[in-house]
Amino acid sequence: MNEDSGPIFRQIAAQIENAIVDGSLAEESQAPSSNELSAFHRINPATAAKGLNQLVADGVLYKRRGVGMFVATGAREQLLKRRRSEFADQYVRPLMTEAQKLGISTRELATMIDRWEDER
Amino acid sequence: MTAAATLTDVTMRYREHTALDGVTAAFATDGITGLLGRNGAGKTTLMQLLTGHRVPTSGSVRVFGADPYEKDAVLQRICFVKESQRYPDHFRVRDALAAAATLFPSWDGDLARSLVADFELPSRRQVTKLSRGMVSAVGITIGLASRAPVTLFDEPYLGLDAVARQMFYDRLIADYAENPRTIVLSTHLIEEISGLLEHVLLIDAGRVVLDADAEDLRASAMTVTGPAERVAALGREHELLSTETLAGSSRAVVRLSHPLDDGDLGARGLTGEPTPLQQLVVTLSRHSAAAPAPALTPDSRSADFEEVTR
Repeated sequence: MNEDSGPIFRQIAAQIENAIVDGSLAEESQAPSSNELSAFHRINPATAAKGLNQLVADGVLYKRRGVGMFVATGAREQLLKRRRSEFADQYVRPLMTEAQKLGISTRELATMIDRWEDER
Repeated sequence: MTAAATLTDVTMRYREHTALDGVTAAFATDGITGLLGRNGAGKTTLMQLLTGHRVPTSGSVRVFGADPYEKDAVLQRICFVKESQRYPDHFRVRDALAAAATLFPSWDGDLARSLVADFELPSRRQVTKLSRGMVSAVGITIGLASRAPVTLFDEPYLGLDAVARQMFYDRLIADYAENPRTIVLSTHLIEEISGLLEHVLLIDAGRVVLDADAEDLRASAMTVTGPAERVAALGREHELLSTETLAGSSRAVVRLSHPLDDGDLGARGLTGEPTPLQQLVVTLSRHSAAAPAPALTPDSRSADFEEVTR
């Protein structure tokens, strides 16, 4: 499921995960509060809190009582691992479906990927 | 859920017209509920009952455990921002705010002043001389600054431009985050506020069509697109609330009997996307109208009945 679909709380969680994965939210730094998320995304604070709590349950964030939520050490590695395992389902499958529809063979597809790499 | 306000089997009749028909609903303490439905669905009547402006024909209304009708102790904890709020003719903006300040024990004068500044309200001008949008801004200012434990907004945005409406939503969400309370918001501009809502109560022709957590609701439906026969096949497992077909392709709003992810859909040659709340509400309202039931005459449904009886 990509990050613009599904329940809002999951979109919130996915956006924070993205920030952790791309390094803009470093480990052991403070995550935005539910009120900040609520004001920024114009969503109900309870929904924002639900997104944060999911990340706590996943071990990506942890709570410091009275201070806020922080990014756990190892969170980035954990997220990368999960995203790699989801990669085939989320990206390769739709790619293959569309390729099949257009009659593009797996070999042609590989050539396209090579060419794309060269052009970068 | 702890409920701040409840309606139990409430029916409200005006002469021949049944405005509410056996409505049971609860409004959570600390929650923002969207009260949605077509004109004449009964939204204003429901709010009038919650605020003690009317007494139901049958059934019971409770706010903080008590009947709100003519109970000052309950009423000072309720703020009702009406779509067409009237103020005494000689009232200037500042008089309206001063009156509200004496009415509501939790009144926040600083918040009121900052809203007056944000909405650029002329304090010394008579309310009767204000534009429609500015009158709405006065109502919104009172509604937010009242900090009333139960605050109801009945289409509070009339005449407000997009910038001012956004300001209302931003101030509402910011103040609510700091001071959670029970907020009921009736609106037709569903998409604008869909993210703010925790709960959705949809009524149609005086009956509850939907009473759901907003997130559950989003997860419960999906708009699916694909070859017509494959979309139709999906109808064997899930309820197709509405289907439109063009050139062999269909798009359906589907009520899911179990969650479907992109993989499940891909395997069936379909694509799915979340159904926007507004689309879902329109679909469910039509769905409920198509279903056999409420004995209502066509003109009582289409007329702006609540306007007439107010």
